[in-house]
Amino acid sequence: MNTMVKHTVKLTPNYLEVNGNRVAEAVSGESFLTMLYRKYNMDYPKFFKMDVLCKVGFVASEILLAEEGTERFVPRADRAVILFNRNSSLNADRTFQKTIADPADFYPSPSVFVYTLPNIVTGEIAIRNKYHGESSFILLPEKSQEAMNQAIARAFMDGETTSVLTGWVEAVSETDFEAEMELRIKNYEL
Amino acid sequence: MIVKKIGDSVMTPLGFSLEENFQAVMGGRSALRRYDSLWNLPFPCFVSLIPDAALETEWKQEVNAADFPFLTTKFEKIALISAVKAVKQSGIDPKSERLVFILSSTKGNVELLGDENSDMERVTPAHTAQLIADYFGNPNTPITVSNACISGLCAQIEAFRCLQSGQYDTAVVIGADVLSPFIVAGFQSLKALSDEQCRPFSANRKGLNLGEAAAAVVYTVADDSADGWRMLAGAVRNDANHISGPSRTGEGSYRALCSVLSDSSLTANDLACLNVHGTSTMYNDEMESIAINRAGLNAVPVNAMKGYYGHTLGAAGILETLLTMRALEEGKVPATRGFDELGVTNPVLVSSESIDTQKHAFVKLLSGFGGCNAASAFTNPNLK
Repeated sequence: MNTMVKHTVKLTPNYLEVNGNRVAEAVSGESFLTMLYRKYNMDYPKFFKMDVLCKVGFVASEILLAEEGTERFVPRADRAVILFNRNSSLNADRTFQKTIADPADFYPSPSVFVYTLPNIVTGEIAIRNKYHGESSFILLPEKSQEAMNQAIARAFMDGETTSVLTGWVEAVSETDFEAEMELRIKNYEL
Repeated sequence: MIVKKIGDSVMTPLGFSLEENFQAVMGGRSALRRYDSLWNLPFPCFVSLIPDAALETEWKQEVNAADFPFLTTKFEKIALISAVKAVKQSGIDPKSERLVFILSSTKGNVELLGDENSDMERVTPAHTAQLIADYFGNPNTPITVSNACISGLCAQIEAFRCLQSGQYDTAVVIGADVLSPFIVAGFQSLKALSDEQCRPFSANRKGLNLGEAAAAVVYTVADDSADGWRMLAGAVRNDANHISGPSRTGEGSYRALCSVLSDSSLTANDLACLNVHGTSTMYNDEMESIAINRAGLNAVPVNAMKGYYGHTLGAAGILETLLTMRALEEGKVPATRGFDELGVTNPVLVSSESIDTQKHAFVKLLSGFGGCNAASAFTNPNLK
């Protein structure tokens, strides 16, 4: 099946690229993710409750979808959200582990535990955008465009799926993260 | 061309083969036990644990451990043993470049985070999947699906698509999770755990139990005339509602069920049963009853396996699929252990007794955190 990449976003702790163009750079002393949240008027207070993996995925998806420019927040099932990384929810896992490590200071928090699954970020994007289509998080031993392309092609085998919001979203700490996200559309013309 | 099951294996506290587990389920046995302070956790819990001694015996017997001394955790061992046994049973060449390994796990080796000396590279299940592929000498990048509690169905759906698309001829799908203070304390913090045996769909249900398991299934492409179990369809849909609570309208499960019925051309009348998630939490079982009714499946017998094993996380989708297949081969829909008085608002046909059936198709349903839901349809047209 032919598919077409419509828009791309690359987000690192230092810079943001949209469709290959550098559009923002981090300023020291301020969280780059929060800066982008404000710059793009995302207006979604749940953002501040998210762990870093979700924040990175959320911010990248918001910028990507703003770029798409079509009407948003209309319930739809024809768009899948398929994301990838290597280390799953490692940062949230470490945070939760600290809350249970010491029996004398045992305070497991449900609001931390819920982020100890990588597919919470796909869920957050589905909730934000009212996407009822397929959502999936796939772990790969290393970043591989070939393996991701194959998985994206498989997602298009679902008869309802006509576009896929997809890419690599890794966040191993608050300051070490990367998102490379794109929108792929089923292309009938090629 | 069809996608056919040619091998399987199951490892649970009720036995290390599918047959032992099937007999245990039909005999109404449960692996769930009460622990007052498991791993010194400050609350009692009901869980099912794979015994370490039996695991070690199985490990020495099934795995060429001398060449892989770095595989040391319970998770790595049960995942690899189940793969080894399923590969052996199916008689395939695991080194084939036409074969792919697919792993389903929610938390893998997460317990290693509790030991500062451990290799953090090993925490991710993607690493374990690569070790399994390496053990067999398989050249392809293994796929690890980590979609919370629906992972075991997602992994089978990935396998189905890998074969349908012609990308591969054979897929070895492994589901595994082990328990640790991390997982048990986490579910306790969500107030999701019952301090007694779980009671799926019952009025007095108080929450879920957790369990350890590994299960593997091997699918291959075959001619349309081939006998045995075949996977017909699979779908994943999102509630788009809440990251940790099921939809009040059963939206994602309803949509997944509709998609699978449509793609498989099965109707309610064709189905021996719906093998559902049935975690025994108030919200999950209620949500499933709504989705089942919305999909027009309220006349189909419903059963859930959590009363035997607890919720086995990444293994559940494969374990419960295999047990349902085995039971239907004997013309049985297993009892929903722990069920007594129906306690959901929409009518569903749950039974505390096993029932006889002449039908040979079923739908497996799961839902999980992140608002995700999955359904798959299976049939064995040669069953008498």
